[in-house]
Amino acid sequence: MTLAQYIVTAVGLAAIAGVLWYFLFSRGSAVVAQQTGAGGVQEVRILVKGGYTPDTVVVQAGKPVRLQFYRDETADCSERVVFEELGIDVPLPAFQTTAVEFTPSEPGEFRFRCGMNMLKGLLVVEPATADRKPAASPHKFHE
Amino acid sequence: MSKARIILPIEGMSCASCAATVQEALAGADGVVGATVNFATAKAAVDYDDSQTHVAELIRTVRSAGYNCGKASVTFTVEQLHYAASVLPLEQALARAKGVIRAVANQATETVTVDYVPGVTTGEELERAVEQAGFKVAAPIAAEDPLERERLARAQEIRTLTWKLVLAGVATVVAMAGAMLLMADRPMDSFKRFDLLGRLLMPAALKLWAIVSARTTIDLFWVKVALAVLTLPVVAWSGQQFYKGTWSGFKHRTADMNTLIGVGTGAAYLYSLVATFAPDVFAAAGLQADVYYEAVSAIIALILLGRLLEARARGRTSAAIRHLAGLRAKAAHVVREGREVAIPVEEVVPGDLVIVKPGEKIPVDGVVTEGASAVDESMLTGEPLPVAKKIGDEVIGATVNRSGSVTFRATRVGKDTALAQIVQLVEDAQATKAPIQRLADQVAGVFVPIVLAIAIAAFVVWFDVGPQPALVFSTVALVTVLIIACPCALGLATPTAILVATGRAAEHGILIRSGEALERLSKVRTVLLDKTGTITEGKPTVTHIVTAKRPDGTSLSPAEVLKWAASVEHRSEHPLADAIVRAAHEKAVDILLVDKFAAMEGRGVRGTVERRIIEVISLRHARERSLELGTLGQDADRLAREGRSPVIVVVNNTVYAVIAISDPIKPTAKAAIAHLRKMGIKVMMVSGDSKKGAAAVAKEVGIDEVVAEVLPSQKADFVKKLQRQGRNVAMVGDGLNDAPALAQADVGIAIGTGTDVAMEASDVTLIRGDLRGVVTALQLSKRALRTIRENLVWAFIYNVVGIPIAAGALYPFFGVLLSPVLASAAMAWSSLSVVLNSLTLRRFKPAWAT
Repeated sequence: MTLAQYIVTAVGLAAIAGVLWYFLFSRGSAVVAQQTGAGGVQEVRILVKGGYTPDTVVVQAGKPVRLQFYRDETADCSERVVFEELGIDVPLPAFQTTAVEFTPSEPGEFRFRCGMNMLKGLLVVEPATADRKPAASPHKFHE
Repeated sequence: MSKARIILPIEGMSCASCAATVQEALAGADGVVGATVNFATAKAAVDYDDSQTHVAELIRTVRSAGYNCGKASVTFTVEQLHYAASVLPLEQALARAKGVIRAVANQATETVTVDYVPGVTTGEELERAVEQAGFKVAAPIAAEDPLERERLARAQEIRTLTWKLVLAGVATVVAMAGAMLLMADRPMDSFKRFDLLGRLLMPAALKLWAIVSARTTIDLFWVKVALAVLTLPVVAWSGQQFYKGTWSGFKHRTADMNTLIGVGTGAAYLYSLVATFAPDVFAAAGLQADVYYEAVSAIIALILLGRLLEARARGRTSAAIRHLAGLRAKAAHVVREGREVAIPVEEVVPGDLVIVKPGEKIPVDGVVTEGASAVDESMLTGEPLPVAKKIGDEVIGATVNRSGSVTFRATRVGKDTALAQIVQLVEDAQATKAPIQRLADQVAGVFVPIVLAIAIAAFVVWFDVGPQPALVFSTVALVTVLIIACPCALGLATPTAILVATGRAAEHGILIRSGEALERLSKVRTVLLDKTGTITEGKPTVTHIVTAKRPDGTSLSPAEVLKWAASVEHRSEHPLADAIVRAAHEKAVDILLVDKFAAMEGRGVRGTVERRIIEVISLRHARERSLELGTLGQDADRLAREGRSPVIVVVNNTVYAVIAISDPIKPTAKAAIAHLRKMGIKVMMVSGDSKKGAAAVAKEVGIDEVVAEVLPSQKADFVKKLQRQGRNVAMVGDGLNDAPALAQADVGIAIGTGTDVAMEASDVTLIRGDLRGVVTALQLSKRALRTIRENLVWAFIYNVVGIPIAAGALYPFFGVLLSPVLASAAMAWSSLSVVLNSLTLRRFKPAWAT
């Protein structure tokens, strides 16, 4: 093999590994839910446009969660949002905010996705006793 | 003082006095000059001084009066909000805009959500407020109906797509001609001879070369440059969405169709640019510098064409439901203050008296109070014959009054009407998926990254072990793999079929609740039918009147017997009595005044009519009293054996007649059951009635297996027992009494009655109580599942076969590569064909086409 072939092979294999890792296994930055209202509802607004922004949401177990999905596109892919383990499967009408409400009882990581399993997000449920105050401004958390 | 006027939609007002309460509260509020509340339109018009009060204050006033205000909400993105020091000025500026109730900004997502009064706030006003606060909105705000906005957005998309396609199409044709010139320059040397499309085009290319070179000299470098320039707008505008989508997906760590096409065409274009302007890169390696501009244009054109056709075909998949929703009447004639007035259908309220003339649409659901007519309900129930309506009958909104003029009292309006519920139910169902899709979804989730990996692998393999010019072979293989792969077909396989199937079912008066219900329905091998109300009409009716002979040998007339019997029975509340009274009404027999009426527990009734003592009693009681029955005794026994209930009419201790009453079997039940059995389905009957009655009905309709004398809860146990034997059971019954059994069954099929369509326990609702609907539902579900399977198999096979071919599997055998252009045609066709296959479900016809 020539040098060029060695280089192409090495770069190609690295690119394959990179692509698979980036799209299938990596994770974006997290946003901690802010608590609003007297009932302690943990609320996060999520923009649905070619993906979920933010795509990782951190909440505490045992308290009600309200995820406000705003779908800012007509692309069919994002028509539904599915939390398989939580039994949630709701349509998201275009250009509307749809609230998804539930109370996680167990800590853990729950994936959420679009109907076709192409857009992905992660809900991280922390134990209720986790000793961390929600950041005043959500984006400060991952700075 | 600055005057302002606002129209507030008020919710929760149920009467005119509510309106007065709201009006009083508003008029008394600070800063309000005047207020009028219209109960019929549920709107309040408020004149106020906007320096003294605010919309939010007005709404608080309405709320404290115990009512609510209609509210809409819009969320939009504000640029650079992330870096703003404070969002407060923005929120305050928005809150000052007309009709805005509340504005909340979120720095994390750079979005602002505004609650506003519908019909008051406009998008421009909000934009102006944002600009006043020193920010800029990312996209125009559409503060109107989101559904309308979605429709407009889609229409706009299609228009833009068409122009993009036109540009790409024209560029493709010109680029093809240019590419043929380049190809013909060195026919035995060009890489294009390894390309399937190149081989096909070569003879034409040589001819074109001969014609052009005879007239002028060609500088091939400038041909390449011209092609590069020509392709630029195609890439920059026509294909823009692919690159934008690729980037947006990349940011979100997702890869989809756009990624494949964007990376594929992007690689081909960049490669061609290098080959044009820096051919030394390839020449130095002893390679040929072929360009692929025509492929870039052609791929983009073909995929845009595919998307356009697909969008149109998908529009057709939901045609049935749009048609249903469009059936709604627009106006209604109602009686207001003693006069007939025409009003928009939205303003009809329950309790209104609505007048419908022949040929007009019935605007809302209600009960007839005056007149009689025949109503065409085919659009909702599939029943082709007009249905007779008289006083007390239910009429359904959106059906058409055929013959007479009727007045009815509105019972359900707006989103409560049967039509609105049907549309809602079908729309909900259409948004669901069948479990069979799960595998496809799992594959789709990892599909694109894996295809990207395969494409890179193909590049590396061609580069390492492929023939020269290796870089060209590698690039073509990479691009072709990316272009041919099609996750769309996988994703569309189930939803499009469900869309068409549930819509088609609704057109036949069958409501299927979800994709899962549709799938389970297709697996049903056992159908369990309830007797009363399902196989039978559920309404006891007089079927036979056998009269005694007078002493002179002539027979008494049935009308006379009915006259005596009905006169006594109309005081009774027994179901059998009701049947006799109804029979008398139908025969237009006079009902006379009854005296000394008495119900004899378990035996019958008696009373005095025109000084005669009339008794309507059971057969057993007649025998206990040793009344002279004559041949009527045998008649009564025979009728009882047939499962009917005989009663004896006695006048002054003389037996006048036997009246047989039974719950008549629906006229189509027998045919439907025979058809189910022909389909190889086991049909059983379950009933709470006596064994004798149930057996008689079963025999009549051709059912062998009967379970009688069971309570509703025991019906569910029986379903469970069948399921334990490994059967997939569909239970057919009414939605109330049989609810436990319907819920237990694999598929619960509820028999609908009139306007009550939203039955919770059922997976399937037959709007018309016709058992043939069960046959149609089963057949349609099987057909739909077959279509879904075809779609999925096609989508899988297409990718499994297409990707290796694109990667160059043909080369070792035929010395040819699939061209990227052919790959894009295949890919566009593959997703379109799935949609077209689902559309064939629209042609489904029930066994008995109506």
